[in-house]
This record gives sequence, structure tokens and C-alpha cells, in this order.
Amino acid sequence: MEREKVIEVRDLVKKFGAFTANDHLSFDVYRGEIFGFLGANGAGKTTAIRILCGLSRPTSGRVMVAGIDASRRPEEIKKRIGYMSQRFSLYEDLTVRENIELYGGIYGMRMKELIHRREAMLQRLSFTSYGDTLIRSLPLGLRQKLSFATAVFHDPEIVFLDEPTSGVDPVTRRQFWEMIYETASQGITVFVTTHYMDEAEYCDRITIMNEGKIVALDTPSVLRQQYGTATVEELFVKITRPQRTMV
Amino acid sequence: MKAVEANSITQRFGKITAVDDITFAVSEGELFGFIGPDGAGKTTLFRIAATLIIPSGGRMTLFGLNVVSDYRELRNHIGYMPGRFSLYQDLTVEENLQFYATIFGTTIRENYHLIEPIYKQIEPFRERRAGNLSGGMKQKLALSCALIHKPRILILDEPTTGVDAVSRTEFWEMLEGLKKEGITIVVSTPYMDEALRCDRIALIQQGRLMGIDTPEAIRTSYGRKMWAVSHPDRYRLLLALREIQIVSNPEPFGEAVHITLHEGTAPEDLNRKLENTGIHGATIKETLPGIEDVFLELMRRKPEEKSL
Repeated sequence: MEREKVIEVRDLVKKFGAFTANDHLSFDVYRGEIFGFLGANGAGKTTAIRILCGLSRPTSGRVMVAGIDASRRPEEIKKRIGYMSQRFSLYEDLTVRENIELYGGIYGMRMKELIHRREAMLQRLSFTSYGDTLIRSLPLGLRQKLSFATAVFHDPEIVFLDEPTSGVDPVTRRQFWEMIYETASQGITVFVTTHYMDEAEYCDRITIMNEGKIVALDTPSVLRQQYGTATVEELFVKITRPQRTMV
Repeated sequence: MKAVEANSITQRFGKITAVDDITFAVSEGELFGFIGPDGAGKTTLFRIAATLIIPSGGRMTLFGLNVVSDYRELRNHIGYMPGRFSLYQDLTVEENLQFYATIFGTTIRENYHLIEPIYKQIEPFRERRAGNLSGGMKQKLALSCALIHKPRILILDEPTTGVDAVSRTEFWEMLEGLKKEGITIVVSTPYMDEALRCDRIALIQQGRLMGIDTPEAIRTSYGRKMWAVSHPDRYRLLLALREIQIVSNPEPFGEAVHITLHEGTAPEDLNRKLENTGIHGATIKETLPGIEDVFLELMRRKPEEKSL
């Protein structure tokens, strides 16, 4: 059976003046897949993610996200995806419940359904006792988990996670990845970036970007074999280091 | 004389105890790492060492000088790189460096040899404003500025956070170079794998030290045989391992799950039990515990402090 593609990218080019941030990227991402998007700082990951999220338009090439053309109807994409970054996630001076309500409202959920789903979610996360706590006074690990749960609260087709576990303790980091697995098993596609190379091993497939291009794309085990490395970390260094300029 | 001696350092902010009764010492010339997640208290501790805040309790000296009473003299000996980029964004690369040199009554020329291996890499951009540098270049400029007055100790607060794996490797190579110059380096990181590059490390969590030793000794302190179990269906494997009686503390580590086995049981026993749950052909290999394995173990020992 042909797997369903939720992201289709063909020859994506994005230029800023004379600078080519994305240089003919082509890849597909399938429904329910955990797709790791790796690369050195400045390799062009953020630019590509912004296009996939409908925040920026490609210079040329074809980008389809959840069946929508990113060049033509980027606004439509935003409704069908979730997004979480390490920097901004939740409003610190709103409570847990208020934050979820705000996000649900933004995505146009009806109040009755929203409250019902919110309480179910708090229960599932064992968060009920924190429901009326301000985000500001929530431990960091819990914030990250909540902000992930909020990013998928409106049942998006794809969730984009930009360094979701940066600086998080090892226990929470693992709990966080279990949430990712659960989400993917429900058919939500997870598109994730990370600097923790062990986390790259948890992805179904990974792509490594370097200087605007995709230089590797496959399952972690196939890539490790192909390049003869024991870990993704070694693989990453092997692929990106020799081609790197001295800055 | 020790480069750093900290005795029962405590720092409270209102009701929160950010640093809780921490005692440690760093020898001169040592590369000493604080390993722990966000919120562990690393930044607060470093700000105390850099004479920027006064601790609520305890005593800390650097080269015998007290961080509270001798801060003026001490500042000449400290190179501090805060976690957040804090150079002047609208000054150029060279102007920033010049500025720091002047504050400390020196010149770029005088200590150029010290910063050369690092600064050389950003020198082609010396007329660019610091605000327009890439992350990796900012990090190198910040390190150059922290070094320009030839400090005896470098205090580096998470210099590699958010930096890609290759730049992180390069940064640690630079630190090793500085260590050879005899500079004491105290550095913090949330990346446990970086611990191996330090002479000694302190594991820190929720304001408290959980252990101090060489990375090697910390790894061997785990004290039990560790096995790496792998199978293509990783998630199902993890869930299955949790249900198997003879398995303790399964934790996913990259492509494998790390476990320990109950005494008197062997990998063959585990394999049989996995087969029973429908997981065929799992690989079970002995592996050495890493720093993160020990960190997880120490966190488990203090269940009352865990976040959930």
C-alpha cells in the first residue's frame, strides 16, 4: 500500500537577495511518521520550516503541506498544523487552563467541546492539580510537556517541534519523546529538530542539511551503515564537518 | 591554593532556593564541568563565582580572594561568558574586543597570542556589527572578549547550548587549547556527553549537587552491568521491557534501550521473555554506563524531588 504523503517538497528554493538559504530541497514526509530535521546552525533548517508552516513563501519549487500549496494558500496551512518551539510556547501569566482555552479558541474550537477536551487532556497528563497554576510557577519540564500537548490540542495533521527538549532534564526528555511516539501512533505526523543526536535515533527517518542542501535522508540505521558510523552523532560530524567553512 | 573553593553556598530568591548548600573545589588548571538541566542552579552559582551576586549563605573564594569582599581585585582575574549573548550588538567585532581590552587596562596586541586561535576565525568579519553575526561567530567573539585581559579563570555559562554538534566539538577543542595555557576553566552544560571532555564534573539538579568526580569514576559508580537492547520496533520494545520482571529501569538511549538485569538472570532469559511477548530477534549487548545513565539513576534515588 502506498503510504500517504502529508508533506511533499520538490525543488524548494528560497533566496534572500544573493544568498540561497534553501537550495533545491526535495523530500516527502508520510502520515504518522516521526521525521527528524537535522543540520548545523545556519544550514537553512529554520527557513525551510517557516515555509512549511506557511510563514514565508518559497522563491521557487513546489511545497505541499497537508494537501495545501504553500505558495498559494499559506494561511490555510496554519489551521492544519501545530507548532512548538523551545523559545516561545505558553503565556507565563495565564494559567494552564487559560492557555489551553486560548489556543483552542484561536483554532476556532467550540467552547463546550474545548472544555471537554481540555479536562480530558489534563487528566491524561496527570496535570489536573496544576490546572489553575500560572505557567510562570510551573517547573520547566512540565511546561515543555504542556506546550507540546497544547500544540496538538486541535488535532493537527502535522506538528512541528523546533528543539523541543533543549535544556530539559534527562527524565523529562524521555517522557517527552514518549509523548511524541504516542502522538505519531495516532496518525499525527511529527516534524522535529534537535541538537541531541541520540534523539535523532528515535526518528523514523532523518534528513541532514548542510549549507542550504539536503545531504542525507534515510532511516538512522541505514545512514549509519552507509557511512560506517556507530552513532548518528558521528554520522552528523562526518557529513557536515569537512564541507564546512571556517566560521 | 585552589582556583575555586566553595563552602555551603546557598542562594535564595524569595521562597525559591536556587542553590542549596553547595560545596566544591576546583584546582588550578583544571577543566571543571557542571552538568545539569535548565533550572538546576548552574547560572546562579556561576553569577556568584563571577562576583555578580552576593550569596544568601556560605563562602566562596577564587585564588584565595573572597567573591564578596575582594570582588574588585578578583574581577581582573575572571573571564566570564554569560549564557545569554551580552556583547554590544551595535559595535563591530573589533570594537567589542577593543572595548573589553580597554576596560581591563590592556590592549588587543598584548594578549593576542591567547585569543589568536579563536579570534583568527572571526577576524575576516572584524568590521561587522556583533548583532549581525551567526550563533557560532557570536560564541567565538564572546570567548575572545572573556579572554582578552588574560584571566586566570574562565567561567563559561552554557557556551554550547543551542549550538550544533559540530560547533560544539570545535568549541571544546578550543577549551582544551586554553587549558594548555594554564587557564582554569569552569563550564556548565546541559549536554551530558560533553562531560567526558572535563577533568572532573559535578552533577547538579534542583540546586543540589548529586555527585562530583572524574567522568570515568562517575561512570563506574553505576556499579552494575548495563545492557543495551535493540529492536527495529523501538517503542514496542520499550513498553515490553517495562513489563518484564527481571528488567530494571529501562531507559531509551538512541537506538537502544539501556537496562539492568536482576541478579542471577542472563540476557538469554530476557530474550526468552521478549520472544513470549512477540518481540523476536532483539539484540542484547553489554554496554558501559554513560554520564546520563548515572544522572538518571541519581534522579531516581530522589523520587520526592522528581517533577512528576
